[in-house]
Amino acid sequence: MHIHFLDPYRPHDSLIHQLDPRIKLVLALAFILTNTLVPNGAWPVYVLLFTLILSVEILSEVGVSYVLKRSALAFPFVLAALPLVLTIPGEVIFSLPVRPWTISMTYPGLVRFISIAIKSWISVQAAIVLAASTPFPDLLVAMRAIGVPRLLVSIFGLMWRYLFVLVDEANRLMRARAARSGYSGRTRGKSGGSLAWRARVTGGMAGNLFLRAIERSERIYMAMLSRGYDGEARSLPLARIRTAHWVTLFLSVTLLVILLSFAYLFWG
Amino acid sequence: MLPAPIAMHIPDGFLSVPISIILWIVIIIMIGYALKRVGADIGERQVPLMGVLAAAIFAGQMLNFAVAGGTSGHLMGSAIATILLGPWAAMLVITCVVSIQALIFQDGGLLVLGANIFNMAIIGVAVAYMVYRTVQLITAGKSWGIFLGGFMAAWLSIEAAALATALELSLSGTSPANIAIAAMGGIHALIGIGEGLITLGALAFIYASRRDLLQSGEGAPINSKLVWVIGLALALLLAVASPLASSHPDGLEWVAEQKGFLNLAKSPSYEIIPDYLFPGVSNTTLATIMAGAIGVLIVFGVALAVAMMRHRKTTSK
Repeated sequence: MHIHFLDPYRPHDSLIHQLDPRIKLVLALAFILTNTLVPNGAWPVYVLLFTLILSVEILSEVGVSYVLKRSALAFPFVLAALPLVLTIPGEVIFSLPVRPWTISMTYPGLVRFISIAIKSWISVQAAIVLAASTPFPDLLVAMRAIGVPRLLVSIFGLMWRYLFVLVDEANRLMRARAARSGYSGRTRGKSGGSLAWRARVTGGMAGNLFLRAIERSERIYMAMLSRGYDGEARSLPLARIRTAHWVTLFLSVTLLVILLSFAYLFWG
Repeated sequence: MLPAPIAMHIPDGFLSVPISIILWIVIIIMIGYALKRVGADIGERQVPLMGVLAAAIFAGQMLNFAVAGGTSGHLMGSAIATILLGPWAAMLVITCVVSIQALIFQDGGLLVLGANIFNMAIIGVAVAYMVYRTVQLITAGKSWGIFLGGFMAAWLSIEAAALATALELSLSGTSPANIAIAAMGGIHALIGIGEGLITLGALAFIYASRRDLLQSGEGAPINSKLVWVIGLALALLLAVASPLASSHPDGLEWVAEQKGFLNLAKSPSYEIIPDYLFPGVSNTTLATIMAGAIGVLIVFGVALAVAMMRHRKTTSK
């Protein structure tokens, strides 16, 4: 069993896939920035932003249901904002006496909570579309183009290349442990050994994984040296960004600015 | 399936823009300096090591063990990376892990990536290094010093990162300080024990099979007084700020409002445009209808464009 299903890239030939990765990365960031800047409670603007990202999803042909399913990932964190409903002062909509206190839900608290949840949900969709429509090597190129240092980008590249190998390795370790019944797959019920023993076994696995990684990296380094590596990762010069893509960038940013000013005008 | 163990990856929308930007600037400076140090000290040889170890930490976060009632212990990896690679290289490695998680797996947001890197790669590593190095100096190279130091470094790195996350959330006005700090701090004090135990087990394994990686000598991780000082400063800052903020949440909100962090756009223009000029309900309804109509038009337009394009493609073939 291999783990390449980890890679979220979904090959298609849509307009979004064809968009230059540099432009795509910048646009995704601009969209999320706009999203974060929109004032709380500006519901119509949220609808528009959602419409925008939805149309991008449709255009990208990666499948709207795929994106929506994946976007549920961000939801557990929403819990962190839940107490806002109770703590922000304002008009009380609902109160529940729990002696000796009274728990009351306020309108401004609710507005802020729902706004945060919606914003993070819309933002995560932009990130999903970016990852699903851009192969990772192209993202590396885009990172380099927006000024991420060369050394960091080469670490990214190597990490990505060996990610699947090492995740496979971790899976093998876990399968070996399960086969020796050190770990019960059931969530409830007794697992083998004491807690400290289980932790030590897992720690041993982690240590094993790191050692294998270090030794593998030594072999990789030797292989790279023998192929002429001198500390510099060279790549082909970047293709020029086509005019149509510049226009796309310009129009999209204009649209985002208009949406944002609209939001500030009415809800600022 | 996906390794998403730690409730520490903040998604987009949870931090205010000023906080995100300030933390971006901080990490750009720190990572820039770390790159310079790593480049000067070890250079090319370190690149494959860092890349593969970053992949290993990502994979290592999948390893878990049952604790109780369906919960399980996991690894964040800041401490073990610091011990194996030294502080500067560890910062780069954890930065890569956190970035890939955000960029590819949407575990943590993109705009708030700076904050997530700050919490896990800067605070996590600097605090872990400070603790581990101090214990090493006190125990003068005895083997139990490695284990004690490893456990403490792992626990404190988790706790410090969690407190920093809670403080950032409260400063952004997305989570009340008194609840966020107590909840994050409390939960991660327990999660940190799991991290500590796994780190301990990993160190024991490495100590048994490749002792040379842990003891000073050739190829030992580079040391840095600067990171030690930063780690101590961050730990002290968090130790002072967290209880203060959670006992005076209003104080934190006050700071946030003073600095303009809180809800940038909450109500600046209310004074300029009196309420009754834009009566709330009717305006919102109207705007909602307008937005809906525009939205439908956009989607319709896009669908039409896609259909036309497909049509043209099929006819041209």
